[in-house]
Amino acid sequence: MPKQQANWSPYDNNGGSCVAVAGADYCVIAADTRMSTGYNILTRDYSKICKLADKCVMASSGFQADVKALQKHLAARHLIYQHQHNKQMSCPAMAQLLSNTLYYKRFFPYYSFNVLGGLDNEGKGCVFTYDAVGSYEKVGYSSQGSGSTLIMPFLDNQLKSPSPLLLPVQDAVTPLAEAEAVDLVKTVFASASERDIYTGDKLEIVVINADGIGREYMDLRKD
Amino acid sequence: MFRNQYDTDVTTWSPAGRLFQVEYAMEAVKQGSAAIGLRSKTHVVLGCVNKANSELSSHQKKIFKVDDHIGVAIAGLTADGRVLSRYMRNECINYSFTYESPLPVGRLVVQLADKAQVCTQRSWKRPYGVGLLVAGLDESGAHLYYNCPSGNYFEYQAFAIGSRSQAAKTYLERRFENFTDSSRDDLVKDAIMAIRETLQGETLKSSICTIAVVGVGEPFHILDQGTVQQIIDTFEIVAEQEGPDAAIGQEAAAEGAAADQGGSTDEGVAPMES
Repeated sequence: MPKQQANWSPYDNNGGSCVAVAGADYCVIAADTRMSTGYNILTRDYSKICKLADKCVMASSGFQADVKALQKHLAARHLIYQHQHNKQMSCPAMAQLLSNTLYYKRFFPYYSFNVLGGLDNEGKGCVFTYDAVGSYEKVGYSSQGSGSTLIMPFLDNQLKSPSPLLLPVQDAVTPLAEAEAVDLVKTVFASASERDIYTGDKLEIVVINADGIGREYMDLRKD
Repeated sequence: MFRNQYDTDVTTWSPAGRLFQVEYAMEAVKQGSAAIGLRSKTHVVLGCVNKANSELSSHQKKIFKVDDHIGVAIAGLTADGRVLSRYMRNECINYSFTYESPLPVGRLVVQLADKAQVCTQRSWKRPYGVGLLVAGLDESGAHLYYNCPSGNYFEYQAFAIGSRSQAAKTYLERRFENFTDSSRDDLVKDAIMAIRETLQGETLKSSICTIAVVGVGEPFHILDQGTVQQIIDTFEIVAEQEGPDAAIGQEAAAEGAAADQGGSTDEGVAPMES
């Protein structure tokens, strides 16, 4: 008998795209709200964004069951941190915790493609981007998910800073104003919805700045 | 209590059917500085006296937040209290994770009590030397429980533990019938007054007491010193008018205190206790 392949997979891909952009004193995190499986839509109204700490928000696309489990795990760890340290976790600290949590399951990974966004201890915007097993990097902007191949080149075109080897040293965060960054994100998702079948329905945008966390929604193509 | 031949082990019964090691553990609670709790239909207030070993040191933490809806005040070996608080916090987090809802207080105190009971029936363990006043809110309302080292737990409308707690208990006994319908602010005031009873003459300042509140729409939190001092200031004036009543109350309380502590409160607090 020839070698049999598994006909059951523990994973599924629920599609969708996530984006995060860091600014001088704000951070924009956005994700669409469509949840699909195969060529079907499961729901048009599912949030992929989760607030982990006061100044730290995570958006994840991939297998939403794993995403939910990951969010719950991080929320519980944050509670323990608060009991022990009497303060909220900073965004860079949460970034490291997320990386460790993902690598912990290196041999049965969370099928979750994450972007973490927030403000660091000085109030500057920061974005961290991950792969499924925890490799991460601090960047000025990032996208993950089914639409990322369409979104990332556009963000590179608009936001990429000149080479870090050039002097004077340029910040990774964009010099754009908050309203301009939100506008850019809306444009990017409108474009992605055109060609990526898994991205659409509604866009959820979360903005973190010194005043706190704000949320807004925008309609996307429903086809 | 005097030394006898049945008190070496926690697993040895006395002929009278007593476990002396467990009773000695309860003595440790009586040596700690006072902690009080009282509840209304919608709020629970915890208060404690802060005793520092010397003027140079800070006082030990005696009130711990366990979850948004549960807090605990301890008296006795604070190290044991800290460990039990960590256990309680863990249990709340695990329950929330599994059931996406807050752990009912009644369940938590049973788990705590069972944990304490284990230490009364193992020859290689010793009982926890700390009494816990657990304050919490759940679907069935506001609750105040007392967990003791023996593994027993009781629900109370109001209670006080630790040294000179009899004075506070007397005060609470006089007033407890009004607590159910008390407003949140009146409850806090009563808590501070109960603490004042345990100080027996010492001036009441916000630096020597800690107050914490949990209630409907109000997650568990410790009140900051400024707020507490303001409340103290409002009734220190009233207290002067109440002078004659307070003096009579204190005499009765002093007699009660001497009887139940066997005169050992003046030897000084053991370094590990608070």
